Amino acid sequence: MKKITASWLVVIMLFFAVASSLTAASSPPAVGGPLPEIKLPIPKDSAEKKYLDLGFFGFGTFKIPEIKAKVVIIEIFSMYCPYCQREAPNVNQLYAKIEQDPAIKGKIKIIGIGAGNTSYEVGTFKNKYNVPFPLFADSDYVIHKVVGEVRTPYFIGVKINPDGTNRVIYSKLGALGSVDDFLSTFIKLSDLQ
Amino acid sequence: MKKNSWHFRFVLLTGISLLIFVYAPASQAAFGLSDAFKNNIYNPGLLKPTDSVLKLKVGDRAPNFTLKAVSGDTVSLKQYRGKKNVVISFVPAAWTPVCSDQWPGYNIVKDIFDKHDAILLGISVDNIPTLFSWTNQMGNLWFPVLSDFWPHGKVASLYGVLRADGVAERAVFVIDKKGIIRFIDVHDINKRPPLEDLVKELEKLK
Repeated sequence: MKKITASWLVVIMLFFAVASSLTAASSPPAVGGPLPEIKLPIPKDSAEKKYLDLGFFGFGTFKIPEIKAKVVIIEIFSMYCPYCQREAPNVNQLYAKIEQDPAIKGKIKIIGIGAGNTSYEVGTFKNKYNVPFPLFADSDYVIHKVVGEVRTPYFIGVKINPDGTNRVIYSKLGALGSVDDFLSTFIKLSDLQ
Repeated sequence: MKKNSWHFRFVLLTGISLLIFVYAPASQAAFGLSDAFKNNIYNPGLLKPTDSVLKLKVGDRAPNFTLKAVSGDTVSLKQYRGKKNVVISFVPAAWTPVCSDQWPGYNIVKDIFDKHDAILLGISVDNIPTLFSWTNQMGNLWFPVLSDFWPHGKVASLYGVLRADGVAERAVFVIDKKGIIRFIDVHDINKRPPLEDLVKELEKLK
């Protein structure tokens, strides 16, 4: 009888181990840690390809730290999210300010990932708000699960080190607030000044 | 024997609770993600995909109805006859996950509806005050939101999309200017219908 009890205890403990490993992915990327691996399709659009400057041609996928930049800002959004809709002009403004400043242009890049959005829906959002940076579809919520099923909009900043490693420097739910303040805070966090 | 059966129950209960623990976060993924709703979305869990029997089919004349809108207006289907194509979007309930982001999505594609000379009517079985509070979180909606609250779910029932528990299906009907039903999608209640499916149907209308 004792033997049976012990074996059940082992089974229960294994259950706990599996449960905790699965729920570990349910927290957003922590500042200081690495970005979880996210694979995205290489954009077909040549301007978007040029912007990301992936350093290789063709089709297939790429990983976010392969983007040629010092820092990548990732916006987790949804076409269906009213806050993301309201925030779109601010994120566009952030992009414009980065592109207009020679000190940071090319060093900070922005991408968006549409949680639960099909390519068509992401395209609809892009057209509606004239989003100038690349947006990617995550129709089956695969990436959304990897980043801890965050509410939207959610912004993640990742610093890409010269050796290819990376570190999350920003991970926060909600609107950017003042675009100027956000950008100056972000530049400080990025050690770009 | 008695000891064994307790043992079995204990293991079973532990197993079940662990499974809930593991799968609960995953099941929230497809739900109302927008921070606009904060923590005010009630999570009903995974529901039976559909739970009603359609009473209409493509080619049928769409039955007329008259309902009160959140704006205070009264809207009848027949007022669009000969003037506009009509898309009816039944959603199950206010303050629930998928519904809370379906209409905000439609809200940014008025141009697509305009292009196809179509109006959207959003219908829910909730009462007007609930719909008022809920749709306020979505921003200003360009389309009428109609309450099918009393007699409860009368229109949903007329169209065969009232579920056994009194909420509507997540269903889309496309009705042309002659009042004929051209498309019906009684969607899995747990999932949001992709926008492109509706757009494809609108493109078929002349």
